[in-house]
Amino acid sequence: MHAFAALIDGLIYTRSRDHKVKLIADYLRTTPDADRGWALAALAGTLSISTVKAAAIRAMAEERFDPMLFRMSRDYVGDTAETVALMWPDVSQDVVAPTASEVIDMLSGTSRARAPAVLAELMDRLDANGRYALLKLATGGMRVGISARLAKTAFGQAFGLSVDDVEEVWHALRPPYAELFAWGEGKSERPDPADSAFFRPFMLAHPLEDGNVNLDDFVAEWKWDGIRIQIASTGGETRLFSRGGDEVTGAFPEIAAAFNGIGVVDGELLVRGDVQGGEAASFNALQQRLGRKNVTAAMQAEYPVFVRLYDILFDGTEDVRALPWTMRRNRLEMFVAKLDAVRFDLSVIIQARDFDHLAEMRAAARAVAIEGVMLKRRESPYLAGRKVGLWYKWKREPLVADCVMMYAQRGSGKRSSFYSDYTFGCWTPDGALLPVGKAYSGFSDEELKWLDRFVRNNTVARFGPVREVEKSLVLEVAFDAVHESKRHKSGIAMRFPRISRLRRDKPADEADTIAALRAMIG
Amino acid sequence: MWIDPSRPAERALVTHGHADHARSDHGAVWATPETLAIMALRYGTEMGTPIAYGDGFEANGVKISFHPAGHVLGSAQILLEHAGERVVVTGDYKRRFDPTCAPFEAVACDVLITEATFGLPVFTHPPIEDEIAKLLAAREANADGCIVVGAYALGKAQRIIAELRRAGFDAPIYIHGAMQKMCDLYAAHNVPLGELILATGLAKAEMKGAIVVAPPSAMHDRWAQRLPYPITAMASGWMRVRQRARQRNVELPLVISDHADWTELTDTLLELRPAETWITHGRTDALGRWCELHQLKARALDLVGREEEDES
Repeated sequence: MHAFAALIDGLIYTRSRDHKVKLIADYLRTTPDADRGWALAALAGTLSISTVKAAAIRAMAEERFDPMLFRMSRDYVGDTAETVALMWPDVSQDVVAPTASEVIDMLSGTSRARAPAVLAELMDRLDANGRYALLKLATGGMRVGISARLAKTAFGQAFGLSVDDVEEVWHALRPPYAELFAWGEGKSERPDPADSAFFRPFMLAHPLEDGNVNLDDFVAEWKWDGIRIQIASTGGETRLFSRGGDEVTGAFPEIAAAFNGIGVVDGELLVRGDVQGGEAASFNALQQRLGRKNVTAAMQAEYPVFVRLYDILFDGTEDVRALPWTMRRNRLEMFVAKLDAVRFDLSVIIQARDFDHLAEMRAAARAVAIEGVMLKRRESPYLAGRKVGLWYKWKREPLVADCVMMYAQRGSGKRSSFYSDYTFGCWTPDGALLPVGKAYSGFSDEELKWLDRFVRNNTVARFGPVREVEKSLVLEVAFDAVHESKRHKSGIAMRFPRISRLRRDKPADEADTIAALRAMIG
Repeated sequence: MWIDPSRPAERALVTHGHADHARSDHGAVWATPETLAIMALRYGTEMGTPIAYGDGFEANGVKISFHPAGHVLGSAQILLEHAGERVVVTGDYKRRFDPTCAPFEAVACDVLITEATFGLPVFTHPPIEDEIAKLLAAREANADGCIVVGAYALGKAQRIIAELRRAGFDAPIYIHGAMQKMCDLYAAHNVPLGELILATGLAKAEMKGAIVVAPPSAMHDRWAQRLPYPITAMASGWMRVRQRARQRNVELPLVISDHADWTELTDTLLELRPAETWITHGRTDALGRWCELHQLKARALDLVGREEEDES
């Protein structure tokens, strides 16, 4: 565990992506089999120990520590696993630290009921850094800024392979990846990718900052406000991948099950129907599902998902990425026609007379759950990454409102211990403030320090971790749309709110009213 | 008469030289000779009455005496005795060995007014030898570059240097200009720091393999950009929490503090068992809860003007 714990800490304190890749690659080269395989699985998110859940860690902590002291510590540290690892008493030097494989064996070999005791026994054999790595390994949430794709990149770098080579065989293999390492070290043949569907890098767009494009050369589509997704199917199996190349099949099983084509397509995952204010309003629900390995039938029923397709990379087994967009579009239209219309449809082409007309349509599109416009060069091949002059995204201007800060809460992760999550409100006709949203981004580090200080110096009441503040600070909040909401007392909710400016100059009673905000409902 | 007043006061007792305890422009000041020397260095000509450790005087029928706190050079606890009742104000303190200052002395008392900067059970400062070893190992591994250690200019910086010497590191140590006078002051008070070189205007090649000690504020400054491949280290008790280190872009966190950690705070309370404990700046709520669990009478004392981030 020492080497793995050192790797985890190294990754936490390293900012540069290249340096992170190097740290992982060095570890993978120098660590014995099984240990390194489990570590790779942990980094790539393919390790799952069914006996240990986050609740088991809290239960273990509450048994050992005073719940109040634990809560205060958790509140300060911002991470349960780290809090437990730091609070746990140190043990004598002469115990033998377990290896990563031993940890996996012991935890997978026990029952859910026995798991906390086994975990506690392992904790007693490790120092603070080891305990942290153990808890992260056991729960699977590493949170060290490593995606599956980056872990595979590092494996490739360790053994002189390209990430696409690794990707191709990856899904045919299972942790602790003995065959993968044997292949990497040249001790055996390339593993058989079998009938395996794998990820191909997405083509990405540059923002269209100013100026315009000629619609003779470019085609316009709506920029859908969902989750970008790639579907790859060999016929035998179908996999879904998110923007970063991470597999999300388990989060959206109904999509994988309904897909009956062979090939690789690119599109946007959306929620059908008028759930909670329309398609885009359920974006948060989609996001929540994205992080899950499995979903319940209830979740599937509550938010019926479908994929709006806009490109095709493989038609059958034929790689069509080199074809111009116009020809791929023809292929895509024929491809989509054969799919289940409940789960798949085609992204429409916007029929605009010219660029000015398109600008008008974009401005009017706020009512629809659309993020803006995509502009794609008609001749563009499908290329990995962001290439100049081929694809542009042209986002809508955000709406803004002046709101008053009401409550603040400490953040987690990078913002742990800072009061960085703010609830803000607008005025009712009778001079009361009602919350209209919550935001935790949009400000600079300097502004965060100032805001944190403001909260500490202007607290009027505390409710557990929440501080109520003096209603004196005006925050300019930017958001994409506002819609009706039964969950909020104000009757409205913002979509994707973020702090755009601190209006220290503005008196709180001059902030916006609920009525003004309501008028922005599209 | 005030102890560590945050505003100019006519008569002030000062526990130690850190800026949030020793302010300028008081009328009369009583402090240890070392603290007075530090205040003179920082504020110019300030005078005061020196009180050596163990010594004291009487004012308004209260006997006042100064006792080592082990925090930084000259740091003191203040004992107030009146009508048989004894009150100790710890100021900032620690219980661990520190080659740069006199060790903490446990003073029996009825009321203890204690600091609680690291008053959460997550704060355990590891042995300093381990942290110094980490620093030296990072230097070995980064032969083409240097290590910049962020350390508070009074106390922490000199302790790091003295501990490096104790670990056998005898090469010159480079310091930021803002630290030179304080290092000289320490050396003049019989705290040998070895050869120190000002890390300004030197060629990059000359700085290869160097350990550079600088105030935290200079770490991400233009000054630091002139150093060859610097690794950013930070010596602070806050470095115990990973995200705190990340927030400050620290690559090599060194958990080194001049404050008592949770174990020292609680052990001190168990050792002294005061009839009553007042908890001042820091994590007052958690230490208060601990006192409750151990049937010790305690209350939080809100003080103004104390930096919550004492070491930043």
